[in-house]
Amino acid sequence: MATQSSRIAARLMVAPSVILLFVWMIVPLALTLWYSFRIYRLLSPERSGWAGFQHYAWFLNSPDFWLAISNTLLLVGGVLAITVILGILVALLIDQPVWGQGPLRILVISPFFVMPPVAASIWENLFMHPQNGMFASFAQGLGFQPILFLESYPMSSVIFIVSWEWLPFAALIFLTALQSLSSEQMEAAEMDGAGAMSRFRYIVMPHMTRSITVVILIQTIFLLGIFGEIYTTTQGGPGSASTTLPYMIFKQAVIAKDIGRAAAGGIIAVILANIVAFFLMRSMGKNLDA
Amino acid sequence: MARTVTPRRKLYFTLAAWTVALLIFFPVFWTILTSFKTEVSAVASPPQLFTADWTLENYAEVWSRSDYPRFFWNSVVISVGSTLLGLLIAIPAAWSMAFVPGNRTKDLLMWMLSTKMMPAAAVLIPMYLIFQKTGLFDTRIGLVLALMLMNLPVIVWMLYTYFKEIPGEILEAARMDGASLRNEIIYVLTPMAIPGIASTMLLNIILAWNEAFWTITLTTVDAAPLSAFIASFSAPQGLFYAKLSAASTMAIAPILILGWFSQKQLVRGLTFGAVK
Repeated sequence: MATQSSRIAARLMVAPSVILLFVWMIVPLALTLWYSFRIYRLLSPERSGWAGFQHYAWFLNSPDFWLAISNTLLLVGGVLAITVILGILVALLIDQPVWGQGPLRILVISPFFVMPPVAASIWENLFMHPQNGMFASFAQGLGFQPILFLESYPMSSVIFIVSWEWLPFAALIFLTALQSLSSEQMEAAEMDGAGAMSRFRYIVMPHMTRSITVVILIQTIFLLGIFGEIYTTTQGGPGSASTTLPYMIFKQAVIAKDIGRAAAGGIIAVILANIVAFFLMRSMGKNLDA
Repeated sequence: MARTVTPRRKLYFTLAAWTVALLIFFPVFWTILTSFKTEVSAVASPPQLFTADWTLENYAEVWSRSDYPRFFWNSVVISVGSTLLGLLIAIPAAWSMAFVPGNRTKDLLMWMLSTKMMPAAAVLIPMYLIFQKTGLFDTRIGLVLALMLMNLPVIVWMLYTYFKEIPGEILEAARMDGASLRNEIIYVLTPMAIPGIASTMLLNIILAWNEAFWTITLTTVDAAPLSAFIASFSAPQGLFYAKLSAASTMAIAPILILGWFSQKQLVRGLTFGAVK
């Protein structure tokens, strides 16, 4: 079907997307790289010139930076672990013969449609608030001191909130995968005397590999850039306890107004994302081949 | 699975599944419920599931105090606009990738997806400055462009996986029956492509509606959508839970309803065709 001319036409049709994405990626990246070596502070604009590697050195020597890196990885890893494990369990449960599977799916997917600042503010105020939150009421009702979630356990609280937002996505993708599992295969295994555990281990899990890949890949893309939830709830605090790399850059740019330094942070974030992307794409790329 | 199940077993699983689903849904339900309470019953301890003093006061209050229609309209324009523009650019690309694939098509798709891995915060400053210099800052057209580009890889991917499922033979059959290219597009391809385009559109409207980084950092007043409206809601001082809940409900209701109606297509689309 593909003649020479139709192939050229095809390339022309792809070109706008590729060019736009390339420009969208390369222009900000080049500018960020440029600023990362410049002295550029909005609060003292009279000082300018080359900064060399001093911004990078500042990041690498800042204890907050390593905290931010570990917080970023903790957030991505924590949410992935929670959503994949709970997602599989929820999917297995809904996939059982139950009444009202349709309404169940609608209930379960709902958190996915709640925008991050709203999700964060619901949890922060209605549930985790130390005076008026529902958790505090329960704690007091049982005679305990209310837990200061966002002050005492800021990272765990943020991970919890983000997991709530992404669990539906994971669960429903796993459910879609489970429903395409052939029932003959399961029955055959059952007749051969395979117990529930070994059916899960040898039939269900291998069948799920692909969907787990998809969930990890897509969630990582979105989780590396998590911002709204932290901005709304902890503002990266207390201190820097829940500052992730994106939030640290945001603080340097918007609060400290040090453009050069923030740009260096940006370049570091891009390198980190590339390392993560490299491993992800390499291990998952072949799983995605249709 | 079509195995024989005892009613008792089915009952247990139903109870368990509904309990889990209601737990997951509960925060949304509680927010909507709280939005109809008075401020006093909203913070009652122990929490009251049902109160005697239902009210619409909070909605009236949020409506009159903030410029909700402007935020709402900005959200609509930005999410729908960026999606339509994205489709316009992505449809030809996905179409040709699916029907005239080259050796590098898979790599190209992977590369597109990888551009989404660049953390937005990393390029915040240049984007901010570019937007300031070009006059796009705090304009709807600026956000339409930004969100379109942000979601373009997802749009191309989703369309690609849908288009790939359209069998090439059907085109040949139509051609053998003497259909012109124009008729082929109108009567054969379009009807087969529309479901895929529709669910791609829905998903991207949802992603754009819920986007909260560029919408907060690249706007101040004029173009600020609902995500900025919620983020700017003042800190929890005094009695304001019911109003916060009303504002939250107003921010999420349109997309929640849209999502409920289309959840099946959405989930399928989001798997990028890798899970069937």
